[in-house]
Amino acid sequence: MSEILLSNRKLPVGSKGTLASGWWGMIALIATEATLFAYLLFSYFFLASHALGRWPPYGPPKLRIAVPGTLILILGSVVMAWGERGIERGKPRRLMAALTAALVLGIAFLAMQFYEWSGEPFKLSTGVYSSLYFTITGFHMLHVLVGLLMLVFLLLWTGFGYFNAVRHAAVSIGVIYWHFVTVVWIAVFFTFYIAPRLG
Amino acid sequence: MTTVESDRAPIIATANDQSMSSAALLRSWEAKPGIGGWLSTVDHKQIGIRYVVTAFLFLIVGGLEALTMRLQLARPNQTLLTPEQYSQIFTMHGITMIFLYALPVLSGFSNYLWPLLLGSRDMAFPRLNALSYWVYLFAGIFLYSSFVFGKGPDNGWFNYVPYASLTYSPGPNIDVYALGMVLYGISTTVGSINFIVTLVHTRAPGMSINRVPILVWGTLTASVGNLLAVPAVSLAFFMLWMDRQVGTHFFDSSAGGQPMLWQHLFWMFGHPWVYAIVLPAMGIVSDGLPTFCRRPLVGYTAVALATVTTMVLGFGVWVHHMFASGLPILSLSFFGAASMAIVVPSSVAVFAWLATIWTGRPVFTTAFLYFAGFILLFVIGGVSGFMTAAVPVDWQLTRTYFVVAHLHYVIIGINVFPVIGGVYYWFPKVTGRLMKEGLGKWSFWVMFLGFNVAFFPMHILGFLGMPRQIYTYSDGLGWGTPNLIVTIGAFVFGGGILLFFINVILSLKHGAPSPPNPWDAASLEWSTASPPPVYNFAVIPIVASRYPLWEDKMNEDDGASHDSNRSSVAAGMLLDQGRETIGTTLLDAEPDVILRMPGDSYSPLLAALAMTAAFVGLLLHSYLVFGIAFLLTLLTSVLWLWPQLSLYQREPSHE
Repeated sequence: MSEILLSNRKLPVGSKGTLASGWWGMIALIATEATLFAYLLFSYFFLASHALGRWPPYGPPKLRIAVPGTLILILGSVVMAWGERGIERGKPRRLMAALTAALVLGIAFLAMQFYEWSGEPFKLSTGVYSSLYFTITGFHMLHVLVGLLMLVFLLLWTGFGYFNAVRHAAVSIGVIYWHFVTVVWIAVFFTFYIAPRLG
Repeated sequence: MTTVESDRAPIIATANDQSMSSAALLRSWEAKPGIGGWLSTVDHKQIGIRYVVTAFLFLIVGGLEALTMRLQLARPNQTLLTPEQYSQIFTMHGITMIFLYALPVLSGFSNYLWPLLLGSRDMAFPRLNALSYWVYLFAGIFLYSSFVFGKGPDNGWFNYVPYASLTYSPGPNIDVYALGMVLYGISTTVGSINFIVTLVHTRAPGMSINRVPILVWGTLTASVGNLLAVPAVSLAFFMLWMDRQVGTHFFDSSAGGQPMLWQHLFWMFGHPWVYAIVLPAMGIVSDGLPTFCRRPLVGYTAVALATVTTMVLGFGVWVHHMFASGLPILSLSFFGAASMAIVVPSSVAVFAWLATIWTGRPVFTTAFLYFAGFILLFVIGGVSGFMTAAVPVDWQLTRTYFVVAHLHYVIIGINVFPVIGGVYYWFPKVTGRLMKEGLGKWSFWVMFLGFNVAFFPMHILGFLGMPRQIYTYSDGLGWGTPNLIVTIGAFVFGGGILLFFINVILSLKHGAPSPPNPWDAASLEWSTASPPPVYNFAVIPIVASRYPLWEDKMNEDDGASHDSNRSSVAAGMLLDQGRETIGTTLLDAEPDVILRMPGDSYSPLLAALAMTAAFVGLLLHSYLVFGIAFLLTLLTSVLWLWPQLSLYQREPSHE
């Protein structure tokens, strides 16, 4: 007999929730992606601290679009948490409703971001601030886009009846990524929109 | 409505490679014959071998570049190479050795060995493993693509701006480097994720976190380090590419950018990377040396903690590469002190190895010689590193050959010597044949002698003021004789490496057949056949100690009977119903899930090809190529991630 007792206890088989390798893989992916954003924001603060003259050069960006955008992303995360709870209780319809709502909210966020981009008085190549602004918000929008693709396929797969109360690891993996996209935005939002107003 | 099997009690039985269950395992795990099977295999052993072979090919290319440079520098005022050629060759030498050899060769060892060391049937993500290899291979080819047209990266491997900016380097040289490194970063990142999840999730029952071999600690630490460090360099190179091609101004001081931002981001990555390319190699020694000292490693816990501590400190020392860049003295003092502190965990490991030899009964095999030789080189490289951690000393020595001597003692000493020792050690496991000991000892002594003759005088050249990265020097500076000695040493060292390769080729054909455990070693990989069957273990082993195959001997020694506490390699979980392995808990490795493993697949190869095509599109400014390749990458990813019934990722659909 060994220290580990190998009883004939039943073990779950295959991808199940946080026992799925994919879930751990997503946590590791989020760790490295979060670090990427940390380096992006480090670059922002490094260049800001070395800037000569006014920073941001055009004054802090307006809150008129960014604040509702932030709320929309947070709402999307809350909705997805609600939908995930739904499939855990065997309610695929509730998950599908949540996925659809989160999709609409995510698309709205992207549309608002593009609208804000088009109204800026500068373009990518104007100066160092504009380079940072478009690159960092662009990186985040790319992550939103990837998240939206995940939501589309999760919606499709839920519609096919692939998931039930015990087997829905893909949903948990997608939802944790979607939360990550929201949390990163809050860091980006604070950096660009709030930090300059604190000075 | 039917559902997929939800839970099952694994069958526990005694089995070996001749059992019926093993025939079923063979059918489940075997790759298809022919080229299709070769391109689609996800077997960690195949991928590991490919990693090692590819890395050694790059080592040969980088080595030939080094010898070319040494010919040019052998005498003053040589004209073998033009300055432009020299710049490209030393840059490609650095890129090749640091990125295309040093880490991939260790990834190869770990890919091959991890599941065998951990008592599992594959890595946690077999397809991701294949992707990691293909992207590495394609990134290596990408990085060399412009060199063959005489337009290779030419600004040194750390590629400082403003030299790297479009104004001063208008050709494709730097763009290839920048995009190639972003592509290469993808390979490193997915590989690291795979190692981390494999450790967290797929160890054999009973292999608690304090029983894993030190090599596993080394690769785990390197992987976590990579996960947190690689984004810095990928970002820096991407920003550089944007500065050059899209008109941003991150590093452009004329528009408010900062060249220093490049140095910070590069070395925030660069220094942890140095540990990523040595810690797993130190792990090879920590696991191999005790086998030849006939005793367990002295201070397992201390060495494991020293490994992790080195990496943690390694994130706080990047500025020691920038002491001469005009930063405030206070910050230099802090980073100097942090750099010196790394001596502590390094010494812990050195004394653990010395104590293992001292208190053991050493068997002087070739592998032992490489491991023991490594300790000496590590100490010399460590001392020169400690010297340059002192700010005033660094101001004197930075940008001189002293630093070249230091980094080669560290990287060749701590990476190449353990790696070649590791090849001698595990070659019988991988191929089923032993390497030739006589030729092996020759290869060691020629390498060891050549290495020291080549690199020790570089310290002196540094004191004499010879700068790095110069393509020639004038007569009368007193550098001629040491340079000639260095060149002779370099060729002797190259000869030693050549002897090693000859030994590999001869032993592949004519080596003596090896039993499963030719060295009477202690870890799980030696319990399976040489070479191991495709499914690794006929049953999943059960682990009760750090040295599962030495328990009989060690229990005799302490005179007690511990029958209740023995590892088992003959009896364990069969898991013969398709591709399966056991998932266990993080700390205690209690079984908690039966993992369904994916079969062979073309997705990794196709995804790697599509990704590479996207980067080629960016390089050629063809946004059409980029767009199509990007869509293909997404499409392959969707097909890859589509929930599969065979993996129990979903329920059968209602239709």
